[in-house]
Amino acid sequence: MTERRPRVAVVVFPGSNDDRDAAWALSALGAEPVLAWHADPEAPAVDGVVLPGGFSYGDYLRAGAIARFAPALEWVSAFAAEGGPVLGICNGFQILCEAGLLPGVLRPNASLSFVCRDVVVIAERDDTLFTSRCDSGQALTIPVKHGDGCYHPPPDLPEEQIAFRYAPGQNPNGSERDIAGVVNAAGNVLGLMPHPEHAVDPLLGSGDGGLLLAGLIEAARDRSYARA
Amino acid sequence: MKATVLVRPKAGILDPQGEAVERSLRQLGFTVGDARVGKVIDLEVEASSASEARAQVERMCERLLANPLIESYDIELEENGS
Repeated sequence: MTERRPRVAVVVFPGSNDDRDAAWALSALGAEPVLAWHADPEAPAVDGVVLPGGFSYGDYLRAGAIARFAPALEWVSAFAAEGGPVLGICNGFQILCEAGLLPGVLRPNASLSFVCRDVVVIAERDDTLFTSRCDSGQALTIPVKHGDGCYHPPPDLPEEQIAFRYAPGQNPNGSERDIAGVVNAAGNVLGLMPHPEHAVDPLLGSGDGGLLLAGLIEAARDRSYARA
Repeated sequence: MKATVLVRPKAGILDPQGEAVERSLRQLGFTVGDARVGKVIDLEVEASSASEARAQVERMCERLLANPLIESYDIELEENGS
């Protein structure tokens, strides 16, 4: 018996540029990607959501600040509130923070330079929807490419909401506490600056991002069976 | 009514732009410190009174123009044609 291919939305904003890569990676890993236009207020029938990387609305004012008011964010917020898995990558992470679905905010890199390179991140937890395929403490090689990736957490951010940290000496942007990715308190929304969708094939450098996306797809598949 | 919003990085928040500007000014021979770089947003606001305009612009700041975690804001109002 073949496993069901769960439907996972990739929300497309004007200025998104990793939407197709995210859709390709989801498809390669066993999901059925559904591209969802940001201005469409109607929720697609999906069991997982990805907010992809890019420069939505030109990143004017602050990265993610304008995209958070897109009509699609209404159904994404409702989906997240009822426990649906939502993954924000890079610009998607920035949007989730501005929308208040994740704590904190992303600011210009401390170096003021755009960074584009592989980094090693450590999975701090193996018990979130997204890290179920990882071991706690596992080092993953995943590329970053961003200008606004310096994470500033709220002063009271609990340690258990830190899902990924840059490995010692690898922090590419000055993020406080070396934070590369955070989950919400319920654990069903993850945002991270590294791009797992660019690391799903060892031929192209690393397949480690596939572990993370496979966790999302598995959570979406469980949800699709529970709903059926 | 003309409104000017000044958005600043809060005290204690790392401001790499301010640091870069300060370094550059020092290289030019100026003795400066604590440079911080913010934003100016000029707006034309429709309102029947200054207090109504201020209340509107405050809502704009809280919803969109500033992120309260890292930024503070000041609002200046100027009546047109007065």
